[in-house]
Amino acid sequence: MTDYLETEVRSYRFSRSKAVIPGLLFLGLGASLLLGATIGPYPLAPHKVVSLMAARIVGVIDPSPEATVLFNIRLPRVTAAALVGAALAGAGAAYQTIFRNPLVSPDILGVSADAGLGAALGILWSLPLIIIQLMGFVGGLMTVSLVVLVATMVRGRDDVLVMVLTGLALGALAGAGIAAVKVLADPERQLPAITFWLLGSLAGAKTNDVLLAGLPWLVGLSLLVLLRWRIGVMAMGEDEARALGIETKQLRVIVILSSTLITASAVSISGIIGWVGLMVPHMARLLVGARFDRLLPASVMLGAMFLILVDTAARSLASVEVPLGILTALLGAPVFIWLLSWGRPQWA
Amino acid sequence: MGLTHALIEAQGLAIGYHDRPLADGIDLTVNPGEVLVLLGPNGAGKTTLLRTVLGLLPPIAGSITLLGQDLSRLSRSAIARTVAMVPQSLAPPFSFTARDVVLMARTARLGPFASPGPTDERVVEDALARLGIPHLAERAVTELSGGQRQLVLIARALAQQAPALILDEPTASLDWGNRLRLLDVLERLAADGLGMILSTHEPDHATRLATTVMTIDAQGNVWQGSPAEALDLRRLAALYGLDPAQIDRRHQDRNQSISVARVPSSGTYP
Repeated sequence: MTDYLETEVRSYRFSRSKAVIPGLLFLGLGASLLLGATIGPYPLAPHKVVSLMAARIVGVIDPSPEATVLFNIRLPRVTAAALVGAALAGAGAAYQTIFRNPLVSPDILGVSADAGLGAALGILWSLPLIIIQLMGFVGGLMTVSLVVLVATMVRGRDDVLVMVLTGLALGALAGAGIAAVKVLADPERQLPAITFWLLGSLAGAKTNDVLLAGLPWLVGLSLLVLLRWRIGVMAMGEDEARALGIETKQLRVIVILSSTLITASAVSISGIIGWVGLMVPHMARLLVGARFDRLLPASVMLGAMFLILVDTAARSLASVEVPLGILTALLGAPVFIWLLSWGRPQWA
Repeated sequence: MGLTHALIEAQGLAIGYHDRPLADGIDLTVNPGEVLVLLGPNGAGKTTLLRTVLGLLPPIAGSITLLGQDLSRLSRSAIARTVAMVPQSLAPPFSFTARDVVLMARTARLGPFASPGPTDERVVEDALARLGIPHLAERAVTELSGGQRQLVLIARALAQQAPALILDEPTASLDWGNRLRLLDVLERLAADGLGMILSTHEPDHATRLATTVMTIDAQGNVWQGSPAEALDLRRLAALYGLDPAQIDRRHQDRNQSISVARVPSSGTYP
């Protein structure tokens, strides 16, 4: 009898939190967008931001300096931060779920580094952005495929560890490639761009870049959203997922392609930003639980919010802009160590 | 209505891997309410046979049909609507709740882009209630005991609403009390008309549950017969490579445990 009551109380509490947490995330995302648009060397009051945007939506073109700052500098940058944060966190949640591995993310699997190598080559050869994106995607895809191949070959050992270590090795290889590109780069024009970009930055984010990266981002993320329920079942492992009715080979290919596509589109906007893809899904899991159909939207919103806030801090904390990758590493490395040591009982 | 097909039927089945065949010439039939119990030493091929019947591993030779349809031509979701699997253990890498895990059973009845709805939620509630574990619904399965996880897995198999169940050593990780409770549950399910194939390391289960017993020994020899024939001392001794006298001693203990198992249980589960 008490068991029954307890169940009632619990499910009541759960049905409430199910609606409350996405609502809070949505509000938080809106608030951080507004905050990011407000803060900067030329401060804009929040109500000014809202009224300028309302005017623009109605179709009034305002030539004031405030409007120029908002629409040409602030908004592209905040949008880029949201896009990149959402992409890395969404890809991280998907990789973690289908590889059944809480320690993987786009950067740890080496996808970011290889997408970075592709992009660095693009800068070296002065290629157009769309080719840079394509090279990033192909580089990233080759890396995931290699990681999966190696992890399959050394099966029987600790899968989680093999995957992390293989990603590390391939990431190091990409690092060597990037170092070679740096040696070859023009030290006046190209080298500063490559270096700053490899540390991760949204300083160069322009409206056109965001629009160009937006399409692959939308395609990849839409596929993950559409397949969200089935992706979650993959966390049960190969045999169980198949016995539950999933064609695992097809699904795995689609999920890897989509996640790598959105990672590459993020890297083409911002360069390599580590740790977001690892850290944010774990934060989201604490909020909404392990179910992927809830985890994905929560990760995407939390990732966007997180990167807007970190980027706002990066450009306003000091008189010189701090590269984003440095800040995310400061936050992410301790989380990774915490996961390794204390987090294990939760997922092992 | 003419001929009704068996739930699961296999003919001339050879199982294993091409470089390492384990057993061949296997014929089996499971009808509603029937329980086929698989006995055999470790590594003889019990799990391999179960995986083959589920279509998770292709057979080396022979054919398998589910409700008269060729297994190799069925989609994964069509198979999942006919046969549900209860794996040896449940160890997801993330802390899914028991309800989340059971809800996954509905996947085979959903469109490719769909998520479970209210009907699916109700089926899950029913399955949890049938196993007496609604109070575990919101608990993370990673925090449950082995016995509770096994009940969650069986609830998931029931929520799949498939007429046949395949269970791989369902009692392996359970303590003695939970073993008896689980056997009660399985007995009830068979009485409700589910067909089952169940592998086990405990010949007692044959006497309690089996309609038919199949043994696979380490050399790949397959034998099929009634539970009474299967529990013949010399047969068990040969199957497990033991001296009949060793079993004789143990068998007396086992008779006692069987009589304990026959005492009606209170009907509550952990």
